[in-house]
Amino acid sequence: MSNPHFVGVETARPDAADKVSGRTQYIHDLAVPGMLWGAIRFSDHAHARIKHVDTSAAEKLPGVEAVITGYNTPEVRIGFVRDNFALKRDKVRQFRDEIAAVAARDPETARAAAALVRVEYEPLPGVFSLQEALAPGAVLVHETDAKGRPRKDNLVPVRFAHHSGDLEAGKRASKHIVEGEYRVPLIQQSCMGTAGCIASFDTRGNLTLIAKTQIPFLAQKDFNRALGALGLEGRNTRVVVPALGGGFGTGLDTHAYEYIAMLLAWRTGRPVKILYNREEEFAYLSPRQSATARIRQGCDANGKLTFREIEVTQDNGAYTSWGATFPSVMLVPATSLYRVQNISFESKIVYTNNTYCQAMRGYGNPEITWPIESSMDELAELAGLDPVEMRLLNSNQPGETTPMGLKITTCGLQECLERTAAGLNWKENRGKRRNVKRGFGLAGLINVAGGGKIYRSDGSGIILKPDDYGNVNVSYGGVEMGQGLHSVLALTIADTLGVRPEQVIVNQTDTSTCPWDVGTHASRGAFMACNAAVMAARKLKARLLEWAEEIFPVEVEEALAKARKHPGFKEPDFDWRGNCRPGCFELSDGILTIKGAPAVPELQVDFARLLRAIHFRRQGGGTTFAEEAFYEPPTELPDWEKGIGNMSATYAFGAQGVEVEVDEDTGEVKILRLVAAHDVGRVLNPQTLKGQIYGGLAQGIGYALYEEVLTDKGRILNPGFTDYKLPTAVEMGFPIDVQLVQTNDPEGPFGAKGVGEPGLVPTAPAIANAVYDAVGVRIRELPITPEKVLKALQEKRRR
Amino acid sequence: MKTTLHLKLNGRDAALEVAPHARLLDVLRDVAGLTGAKEGCGEGECGACTVLVDGRAVNSCLFPALEAEGRSVVTIEGLAGAQGGLSSLQQAFVQEGGAQCGFCTPGMVMSAAALLSANRDPSDDEIRDALVGNLCRCTGYAQIVASIRAAAGKAGAP
Ligand code: FES
Ligand code: FES
Repeated sequence: MSNPHFVGVETARPDAADKVSGRTQYIHDLAVPGMLWGAIRFSDHAHARIKHVDTSAAEKLPGVEAVITGYNTPEVRIGFVRDNFALKRDKVRQFRDEIAAVAARDPETARAAAALVRVEYEPLPGVFSLQEALAPGAVLVHETDAKGRPRKDNLVPVRFAHHSGDLEAGKRASKHIVEGEYRVPLIQQSCMGTAGCIASFDTRGNLTLIAKTQIPFLAQKDFNRALGALGLEGRNTRVVVPALGGGFGTGLDTHAYEYIAMLLAWRTGRPVKILYNREEEFAYLSPRQSATARIRQGCDANGKLTFREIEVTQDNGAYTSWGATFPSVMLVPATSLYRVQNISFESKIVYTNNTYCQAMRGYGNPEITWPIESSMDELAELAGLDPVEMRLLNSNQPGETTPMGLKITTCGLQECLERTAAGLNWKENRGKRRNVKRGFGLAGLINVAGGGKIYRSDGSGIILKPDDYGNVNVSYGGVEMGQGLHSVLALTIADTLGVRPEQVIVNQTDTSTCPWDVGTHASRGAFMACNAAVMAARKLKARLLEWAEEIFPVEVEEALAKARKHPGFKEPDFDWRGNCRPGCFELSDGILTIKGAPAVPELQVDFARLLRAIHFRRQGGGTTFAEEAFYEPPTELPDWEKGIGNMSATYAFGAQGVEVEVDEDTGEVKILRLVAAHDVGRVLNPQTLKGQIYGGLAQGIGYALYEEVLTDKGRILNPGFTDYKLPTAVEMGFPIDVQLVQTNDPEGPFGAKGVGEPGLVPTAPAIANAVYDAVGVRIRELPITPEKVLKALQEKRRR
Repeated sequence: MKTTLHLKLNGRDAALEVAPHARLLDVLRDVAGLTGAKEGCGEGECGACTVLVDGRAVNSCLFPALEAEGRSVVTIEGLAGAQGGLSSLQQAFVQEGGAQCGFCTPGMVMSAAALLSANRDPSDDEIRDALVGNLCRCTGYAQIVASIRAAAGKAGAP
């Protein structure tokens, strides 16, 4: 790419001014004329048969327009294994099961009416832990599968595994072997903007859904299928995405509340809005899975890894979302973080009567990097190696193909480890501060950074449509949810096409106007969008420069003729006519000129003028422009049962290191400073890139130290920020040193890799390793609360 | 059932019809049509609903609307400079990347405005203390603190 001058430069985001003035419109701020409000009646039991639902009292409440249940609406199935229903009939399997729903004139009336629905249950025993659910003869959460066949156990019918090399030979070749069981808790994505949607139908049965989604096109597919259930086969869903108050994975599935809004809108013939409040979001929106991982790995006398064996068991809750497929992503670090042959990875996804779970940023990677990177430190200690040395010895390198078949093109892992260590003065500091209870710890990461193929297409389309005024309107089907996608798109298009970033206007995502995109997840947004944008912008530029041969001389003549009327005008000292040849034109900063021409206004044609001159061509035959491009990354859909396939076009690497202080009296862990070195390929906008890393880190810190959704027999005990602690500005008050390692990836747009998720991947093990360095206790269960640290310290003293 | 609430809203006299137990947040959003203040929790924990009442930052989700009687209320919409331009504090948030999804941003900016009018040149710790009631899930706060630091001490802040 020739000398970009916007890409790579710290630039304010195009959406920032509206956001700081309160003008940005989220689902909370939207209303449609004639709109009703929906509310849902959820289950009062974690597992029960529904004996009877009485909606009569709810129907009588003034202001209520409709009350629906699973008994008076068509069955709408949800989820990729079709095990969930918009409204439940016969049986509830979790506290948040939707039994009835109301449409009413305002949200208060709707909620009051939902509470008036009377439900009679026959309570059933439930399974609330992995042990209970996996025990022989356990109560079945689902007695039958989606096709009605009887089920024998509580396992979700999807398998992710990997076996390569010779595990037993690897064990025999090991001088040292470590083993451990690690846990991660249920946590809430905690978007500051809660979930909501507005559904409306036209008279022909086409649905418009304003949805807080990250997958507009897969949502369109899901809802078109649901329209079929309403007898509206062949009708269409238009998904429109408002500004999102955060996504973090909550938008990767379609949700029961959205289908319920659809059903209510269909029943009433009016638009229906459903908006969760915070308590509802905690209680009724799917959190991130809890899981247990057993890991065993070994190394030889020199510290070279010899084998790795991992078994993961994940608490799915009662139904299956895409989040159940976390092990698909766990395969990446399990097989490919550091060089290791002889690998065994097995996963179980288990139904329970707990709240069902869904995706969250990182998607299995933090869950599995936690045991891998904790265990790397244990192994280093056994082998008598410094943890950084141990990692450098086994570091991935550019050009290698890993046991999963991942093709590592560029790889900055080594440099990230070195820079993290240097940033912490590792050599002088680590292992030497036991008396002051300070410790140093570090962990590395690998993450998909060029898409993550989990669907038939992992591509993204884009349309660039310049107008008569020199604006370039962009239609892109992915979702800006705060990460800064629109900012990097504008910079990429400005540089590739040759306009100024302010001339690039990214439109609202709408399935009716934007080309297909698989969804904004897996750190793929900027990588895909910008790759497609480069392709489309090049096509557009080529067409414009072709027209320049005709337009430029006409426009320049006209400008010169005008200029000559002014006394004292001097003809430019440049043979511009002789240079009006293909290949001699240049479009840059929104100005068309000839290479080498002096910068005088008469020899420059403004982008808008160029477009108008083509559009309104004097001799007729003018045209307007729109260019589309679709970027499909060169990747493979893995064989999940074998765990083989190059699922991403490139991979991000990184390392994070921390200094912590542990209070031995209270067990409190305080972070004193943090270094985060990330292989980002190439920086598109330093501001939004760092924003992704800082934000990821805060989520990593929350995961490591504070956050956990507490449950008792499936009931959520802390549905609010009073008892669910997110890090505040005070907890995040330690110095953070972000190091950007630029490896310039050949497949990346301008060399860039995806950066959305890596920031939170290695944070927890880095902290746990530092806690161990400080006080010699190893915590294997997140979050690392003061109670757990104190307990471990007491146990250590007893030993 | 409804009562008339008289207040100075973003510098102008206003009379709003409100239910006796209405929250200031709902009155601002639903009656006055000022949707800049957001509801992130409704229980005083997230600060997305922060507005200024007589110059002090309050959680409007907990603040009874009728308690604003005769007082001055400033929302994010009232912070903008002349001709809808941004205040220097808002500009700093734009320049420093203080907003990502932006849902917490109106509340953050209002808390920062209250801080800067009481303390022209706060330290980083003072900035962080002033934001302790404002949750943000996107930014990790680093660029928010940088925004406020950049605005501090500037002419005309906030
Ligand atoms: S909405 Fe008022 S503090 Fe959260
Ligand atoms: S910018 Fe999204 S919550 Fe703060």
